[in-house]
Amino acid sequence: MSIDWNHFTPLAALAGGVLIGISAAMFALLNGRIAGISGVLGGLLRPTKGDMAWRIAFVLGLVGAPLVYVLFAALPKPQIDASYGALILAGLLVGIGTRYGSGCTSGHGVCGLSRLSPRSLVATAAFMGAGFVTVFVTRHLLGL
Amino acid sequence: MIVFASLLAGLVFGLGLIVSGMANPAKVLGFLDVAGTWDPSLAFVMGGAIAVGMVAFAVAGRRTASLLGAEMRLPSARHIDRRLVAGSVLFGIGWGIAGFCPGPGLVSLGMGEVKALVFVAAMLAGMGAFEFFERRNRLTVPHAA
Repeated sequence: MSIDWNHFTPLAALAGGVLIGISAAMFALLNGRIAGISGVLGGLLRPTKGDMAWRIAFVLGLVGAPLVYVLFAALPKPQIDASYGALILAGLLVGIGTRYGSGCTSGHGVCGLSRLSPRSLVATAAFMGAGFVTVFVTRHLLGL
Repeated sequence: MIVFASLLAGLVFGLGLIVSGMANPAKVLGFLDVAGTWDPSLAFVMGGAIAVGMVAFAVAGRRTASLLGAEMRLPSARHIDRRLVAGSVLFGIGWGIAGFCPGPGLVSLGMGEVKALVFVAAMLAGMGAFEFFERRNRLTVPHAA
């Protein structure tokens, strides 16, 4: 293993992480809920009266974040190397997997680990482990 | 107020993903590629978020109602089962294929990326498939928990 010093950005990462933590804190303290993005989205597909507006608002905030960011600084362009076919496969797996596993990087990774939840620790280890193995297989074994 | 707080929380979350670089799949894949040249940034994002989160959840866990008067609905489940592990593994495989998890997918969609739109549409289809199977299970096995 060698560190990619050209891309490693510890300060920006830490600052962005603190913002994410503040968002999770707002959600827990103001709304009494977990800021789990897959759970918030998934709930929209199971419409319940009185349970939709806050979910839609949270998603709009996420999607609208670039429009606010651009008021202060130039927006960085995401580099999306995956093909359309790979994106469809990845999206399906992320959609089904996060719902069966009851959470994603935000719900289990950030909120769950903050709550010292054993369930979230297991889930985070499982999805990170699977992510490490998948990238190892695609990049180093298959050479994609 | 709850709706406005949710909008604000979503906005701050999205800004955090942009500032940290995590809205960029190439950077996330740089973290997942431990056998190549490794970019540890994602670990620092998690560290920063968890440091704040631990304080917030310690306070939230002792409250019976939120600051806005909403019912506290923090998870209480403790069982570790096959659903949790298998679901998380499937998610991790998808994450490793494209470098997108749900939040960054939505933020990149807001940046007008067509590829993010394809990812988010597929993700919603996957979530819809989950709802379909869950509903069918409930109909055929009425007493299942």
